[in-house]
Amino acid sequence: MSRAGYVPLGERVAAGAEPLSRILWRFPPYRWCVTLLQRMGFTGRSAVIAIPYLWLLLFFLVPFAFVLKISLAEALIARPPYSSLFEWTEEAYLVIKMNVANYQFLIEDDLYWTAYLNSAKVALISTFFCLVIGYPMAYGMARADPSWRNVLLLLVILPFWTSFLLRVYAWIGILKNNGIINNILMGLGIIDEPIVMMQTNFAVYLGIVYSYLPFMILPLYANLERLDRTLLEAAADLGCRPIKAFVYITLPLSLPGIIAGSLLVFIPAVGEFVIPALLGGPDTLMIGRVLWDEFFANRDWPVASAVAIAILLLLVVPIVIFQRFQAHEAGA
Amino acid sequence: MNNNRSYFLISCMVFGFAFLYVPILSLIIFSFNKSKLVTVWAGFSTKWYGALLQNEQILQAAWISLRIAFVNACFAVALGTLAGFVLARLGRFRGRTLFTGMVTAPLVMPEVITGLSLLLLFVAMQDLIGWPQGRGITTITIAHITFSMAYVAVIVQSRLSSVDESVEEAALDLGARPAKVFFVITLPIIAPALVSGWLLAFTMSLDDLVIASFVSGPGSSTLPMVVFSKVRLGVSPEINALASIIVLLVSMGVIAAGYLMHRQQKIRQRDIQFAIAANK
Repeated sequence: MSRAGYVPLGERVAAGAEPLSRILWRFPPYRWCVTLLQRMGFTGRSAVIAIPYLWLLLFFLVPFAFVLKISLAEALIARPPYSSLFEWTEEAYLVIKMNVANYQFLIEDDLYWTAYLNSAKVALISTFFCLVIGYPMAYGMARADPSWRNVLLLLVILPFWTSFLLRVYAWIGILKNNGIINNILMGLGIIDEPIVMMQTNFAVYLGIVYSYLPFMILPLYANLERLDRTLLEAAADLGCRPIKAFVYITLPLSLPGIIAGSLLVFIPAVGEFVIPALLGGPDTLMIGRVLWDEFFANRDWPVASAVAIAILLLLVVPIVIFQRFQAHEAGA
Repeated sequence: MNNNRSYFLISCMVFGFAFLYVPILSLIIFSFNKSKLVTVWAGFSTKWYGALLQNEQILQAAWISLRIAFVNACFAVALGTLAGFVLARLGRFRGRTLFTGMVTAPLVMPEVITGLSLLLLFVAMQDLIGWPQGRGITTITIAHITFSMAYVAVIVQSRLSSVDESVEEAALDLGARPAKVFFVITLPIIAPALVSGWLLAFTMSLDDLVIASFVSGPGSSTLPMVVFSKVRLGVSPEINALASIIVLLVSMGVIAAGYLMHRQQKIRQRDIQFAIAANK
């Protein structure tokens, strides 16, 4: 397949890298560094591992330590607006001042409990509806004619690529009192008064199910498409009714897809901010929105950090399950 | 197959796709509405597109967002490819479990937590080493790279684990150096994954409101931040026009990428068939 005189890009890059390293080798500092690294047991392999490893360590893991630290600090009117945890006294003793008042405050105030439990409830119910709507869609896609499958897959992915914020915004125009649904219903004479749908819990559920549906469909589809159809044929040959075959064969085998999809919806939905802020009312308390308000409206960084730690405590088990699962899927 | 069942499936799919697309279509239709009341039809007009192109604030924010998205996508593909390669090809090493965890956790981590934690990191870093100076485009870009590289890593990893390792092994056996094998064999194989990873990283950065709000500074409002502050005050036809333009661009991009990948796959299948035929 190689056309005459055509050198693939990869080959050109590799060919260019070799003389470069030969030139660099002439400079003693480079040579020393490379030799030192090799003596210490560093190889090209560990460099490849180290680059993304260090990035994620610094910008993903270490920040959580700061969240924990600030959640134990006191709020101050200063820049940055929190007290320091470690202080050197004049006698050079290190004093560590921990302040659990933020957590105490969270536990004692009903607002946070309500928001916390409400978030879990909203996320759970939304996940359930995503599954109910998404499963038949994924199943139908996996059973569709192969030439149709890619088109349908593209149709699921497409909304996921267009702006999340604008898709949530679209529902405002549909749901509000002089919005599309109310206009149609009143135009048809079915109702006289507009139905209030905006700024209700219903709108929040709708928004979450709508926004996260592709996250449910994609892992389910990937799983159902791989499903060995001969098992179903065997069951049918042995006289099993389709419904029974579905319950005893398809459903258990698609469990990994169900779990992956549900976690992909549930975990981010718990901390969701945009949807309750745009579609929910002032009484739609969700923990992500509480964190946002503590941070941006009250400027109370320590309490916001304590809320973040509380959300993580709720999510640590689902996140660990999800990771086990990803690792297992990747290994399989 | 039972007929009733396939009717049930088809109606589920029709309902599901309608659910996904009706809101987007309504946005587009009402962007051509003459009236300022977004949802009351008063005749066809393209004036909101004109108004959008005159809106300095939105244009400036869009320019900032596009710049961040571009830099972010390039870095995210580079780092994410390394991470995906490490996970798929390098086997066991010390700290692999932690690494796997750090790659997959950003996929599901609520954005408010990621945003807050990165902000606290940047504030502490400025205290300790004096960098980054204040917050703005640089800090937003770093934050975006961190979460979008995880998506790229997962795409690259799944692509690599679906490809046979034997070609790379053969090249290594024949004496090619690992770096050369990576650039000459591995990279071309995963090129489609890199393209979709780049596009995904680009759109995710363009789309992010929450993380950017935490780590941005004065004068670095991104497009979603401006849109959000406008939308909070109610619907506006200019935002509908903006949404329509974004939907148009994205669907063109996704369809073009899908078509190219489809063609690439066909060429590869043909090559494989030729190779098998030649060996017989």
